[in-house]
Amino acid sequence: MTTFVELLLGGLSIGSVYALIALGFVVIFKATEVVNFAHASLLLAGGYVTAVLHDDIGFWPALLVGIAGAASVGAAIEFFVMRRYRGSDHSVLAIVTIGVDILLITELTRRMGTDVLALGDPWGNEVVTIGGVTLAQTRIAAFLAAGLLITVFLLAFRYTSWGVSMRAAAENPQTAALMGIKLGRVSLAAWAVAGALAAVAALFLTVFPTPGLERATSLAALKAFPAAILGGLDSTTGALAGGLIVGVTESLATGYQSDLSFLGRGIGDLAPYLVMVAVLLIRPAGLFGTKELARV
Amino acid sequence: MATLEIRALSVGYGPVRALRDISVDVPDGGITAVLGGNGAGKTTLLRAVSRTLGFHRGTGTGTIRFDGRPLEGLRPAQVVAAGVVQVPEGRQVFARMTVADNLRAGALGARGGRKETSAALARVHELFPVLADRAHQRAGLLSGGEQQMLAMGRALMAGPRLLLLDEPSLGLAPLMAARIAETVQEINASGTSVMLVEQNAAIALRLASTAYVLDVGEVALAGPADELAASDEVRRRYLGVVDEDAAADADPAARTRRTLSRWSA
Repeated sequence: MTTFVELLLGGLSIGSVYALIALGFVVIFKATEVVNFAHASLLLAGGYVTAVLHDDIGFWPALLVGIAGAASVGAAIEFFVMRRYRGSDHSVLAIVTIGVDILLITELTRRMGTDVLALGDPWGNEVVTIGGVTLAQTRIAAFLAAGLLITVFLLAFRYTSWGVSMRAAAENPQTAALMGIKLGRVSLAAWAVAGALAAVAALFLTVFPTPGLERATSLAALKAFPAAILGGLDSTTGALAGGLIVGVTESLATGYQSDLSFLGRGIGDLAPYLVMVAVLLIRPAGLFGTKELARV
Repeated sequence: MATLEIRALSVGYGPVRALRDISVDVPDGGITAVLGGNGAGKTTLLRAVSRTLGFHRGTGTGTIRFDGRPLEGLRPAQVVAAGVVQVPEGRQVFARMTVADNLRAGALGARGGRKETSAALARVHELFPVLADRAHQRAGLLSGGEQQMLAMGRALMAGPRLLLLDEPSLGLAPLMAARIAETVQEINASGTSVMLVEQNAAIALRLASTAYVLDVGEVALAGPADELAASDEVRRRYLGVVDEDAAADADPAARTRRTLSRWSA
């Protein structure tokens, strides 16, 4: 039972980090209808900046610079690349993001080499034990930070002018433009926010028990894809639910791997995708996604 | 003095010419109607003014001036800031957002601050009390007439000096269409100029002081609304008045131009 609770809490914690990534993914999709395949490289960029700077300026300033850095990379991708293609087919834009992703990942890998970079977080490998259940401090921090950011984001999305313009532009770009909403600015903000959220996620993907930031971190970030898709690509609620589902599934499948040995090793990495396929078979638009409404 | 001056405007969507060399004046403080059948170029004319042709890959030449200031080359948001706001055809309310949020979205392009926005909201609620009652409902749940009210209220939130209305009576029951017409008059009486695009010529000619009739991308007729309403051609074509004498008197050339013929290209 203790194991189960530990795995469940660990899963929720890592799931909330996936939710952060998926949320950025969904924000870009909502604002621009572009599936952003460069999301993992945004995350890597944010993590890299933090990793390089933390020795010189301390962890918290480095984290802030990392967040700002990833936000600027996101904004730069929008401004210098995506904006040139506005009006093109959305699938063309999605492929353009694959190109951007390859460029960014290549450059970052060249800089990192085979190193595993520490981000210098203050939690180290401390653990907390409550009633026999042991949890790493980093996991608790991840859960709290992600929960806080997601709450702030959703409140802003719902109540601020920024949120209103995002939602209006997502629902009907042309009418939003007629109301004087600047679509370019909405899309720029979406990319910047997504970058910032990804940078925070980068921190929690690389702290204990993970060794640190390395090339493979971008692969971990890819788990946000099934999270966003099974939640419904255009739903912020879906991103949260999807993130948690993926996190818990992965954690349980990994934890009980020995009982599932007939499935072979590494089922934990595979499980999120299995859940995604199962969900899509029943609900093709994802759990909270809008069903495709074709208008003639 | 004209508020909105459109001169020699031609617009095309790729190889298709939608408007050919048209000139339209919308005088300050009045209601100007633009009539015409399907495909006459009415909506294209409004898109050219609100600078949203780009969404439909349209390109235009000619000049559009609002209070002497050229609008061509501006972005849609700048046109709104200049005081020209369009209510799109088919209402296009943000269906998944609440009525209150729709109105907030309308105020995003306004120049004014918080005070102006709350004054505009009070004015909209006064014009359309139903929008206050349903403030927290999703816009998609409103009836067609209420959605038209919301679309107009949303545009008024930006505090326009010129309101562009695209087919406000489209798909509404006659009683609701009449109510919308009344409101248009009320909006105009409070100092907003209106450019009204309509297929329903009876309503439009009753409201407007001047009117233009577009036919396949050209201005076919223009003049004071009451004169147009009395003219045989408008009565026959757009008001559905069948008058045997008038039909016989009408220029036969005009009639042959309207007959369908086999495409030859």
